[in-house]
Amino acid sequence: MAALLDVNGVTLRYKTSSVVVTATEKVSFSVDRSDRFVLLGPSGCGKSTLLKAVGGYLKPSEGRMRIQGREISEPGADRMMIFQEFDQLLPWKTVLENVMFPLLMTRRLPRKEAGQRARAYLEKVGLTRVVDSYPHTLSGGMKQRVAIARGMAMEPDILLMDEPFAALDALTRRTCQDELLQLWEETKFTVLFVTHSIAEAIKIGNRILLLSPHPGRVKAEIVDVDRVSGDDGSAGRLEQQIHDLLFADRATAH
Amino acid sequence: MGEARILLRSDAVAAPGDPAEVERKLGVAELLWNDGFVRKAAIIVLLAALWEAYGTWLDNPLLFPTFHDTVVTMFDRTRDGTIPLRAWASLKVLFMGYGAGIVLAAVFTILAISTRIGTDFLETVTAMFNPLPAIALLPLALIWFGLGNGSLVFVLVHSVLWPVALNTHSGFKSVSNTLRMVGRNYGLRGLPYVARILIPAAFGSILTGLKIGWAFAWRTLIAAELVFGVSSGQGGLGWFIFENRNLLDIPAVFAGLLTVIVIGLIVENGIFRTIERATVQKWGTQS
Repeated sequence: MAALLDVNGVTLRYKTSSVVVTATEKVSFSVDRSDRFVLLGPSGCGKSTLLKAVGGYLKPSEGRMRIQGREISEPGADRMMIFQEFDQLLPWKTVLENVMFPLLMTRRLPRKEAGQRARAYLEKVGLTRVVDSYPHTLSGGMKQRVAIARGMAMEPDILLMDEPFAALDALTRRTCQDELLQLWEETKFTVLFVTHSIAEAIKIGNRILLLSPHPGRVKAEIVDVDRVSGDDGSAGRLEQQIHDLLFADRATAH
Repeated sequence: MGEARILLRSDAVAAPGDPAEVERKLGVAELLWNDGFVRKAAIIVLLAALWEAYGTWLDNPLLFPTFHDTVVTMFDRTRDGTIPLRAWASLKVLFMGYGAGIVLAAVFTILAISTRIGTDFLETVTAMFNPLPAIALLPLALIWFGLGNGSLVFVLVHSVLWPVALNTHSGFKSVSNTLRMVGRNYGLRGLPYVARILIPAAFGSILTGLKIGWAFAWRTLIAAELVFGVSSGQGGLGWFIFENRNLLDIPAVFAGLLTVIVIGLIVENGIFRTIERATVQKWGTQS
């Protein structure tokens, strides 16, 4: 079976006012259907840039990216982005309208069906109570849940999540992670998830791509991550291994 | 190594018959005072009282008529139809100029956000023309468009266009990158992108621009009417003020000024406040 998302030898460069920065160099990976694929690395490894490129916001200067065999050339609703920032919800629309908005804008569904589907997904994330509220009245965790519902309601080929829980407090973050896994159990969506937290990567992912910084290169790919568990300490051991891997060259460099 | 112990406390369980105070209803006076409209009305009443007191103390209706005289004159002139007619004449021209100014500002800002040279153009012409008082263009406008509404509309457009364009453009520029990316994620581009994402996201700034534009236009119009007054046989409020000064009917002058103020208050507190409450305040993007 061909991979759902195929990233092949992608080099990403962007210009600042004085220099050209290479964010990632010749990165290759492929994501299969129903994968929970995590891009993990320290800051400066270009993981967010890579995700934005998959989202279609950046063009790679080398290599190619295909989703379902189609070349990625611009942003599109087949790849729904979920951002870290709380202001990703449109403040002038209610929670329900926010979830309906992409469905209507892409003419995916007529208004009535869009409303029904939006309600269904809001129920999945446990927000039936606030459908008619405006985003500014919600807590950070609720805002991120709305964003996830909005992404999932489009039923995209892949969900792109850019550290969606990083700005949450520790307790809410854990709840949101558990809920995301619960949702995955129900619908088996495909997600590409960016994080800098090793623990979060192990908890969320079934495959982890480890990137090294300056510029971002693939250091390792970790598969069958969902076999480890926190109960027998295997998750802890994996966390330690990844940690050692990430900081190995830092020890030699100093 | 010892173990941590958990000591349960019963404070969180409310004792029966002694519910903890979570919410308390505010008193009537406090509720009233929390209403901005009531507070502002109180300020206006106070100012009117001061006016009345000073007018009575001065006792010189030719220099400073009392509030009472002014209101009576205003009432008479309103009943005989003079003031409403003059106000309508002014407002008609104002709407034309204000509307044309907003349309032009929209065209300019859309050009400015779609191309870089458009941005440069808008920034340059705003820097050039914004500081230029609209009324200074009036002599020129009179030569170009003659003694009529054309000249008035021209100076009004000048007074509305730049503040509205400037505020709208800076509002667009401050729309967060996340929201922009969200909009593009759904395949929005061009005019739908502007209408669905940029305008609502920058609505606070746009509204500020519209308010400033309105105030500029209103004061420019009254000033312009004072300068040349009558056009097509029917002058506006500015001309009404000028005319009555020549007749030394000072209470009527004050009545004219008061009408200008009242219309300004109605537009600011009635129309713009209502729009604000229904939009930026409801959305929580402005308090």
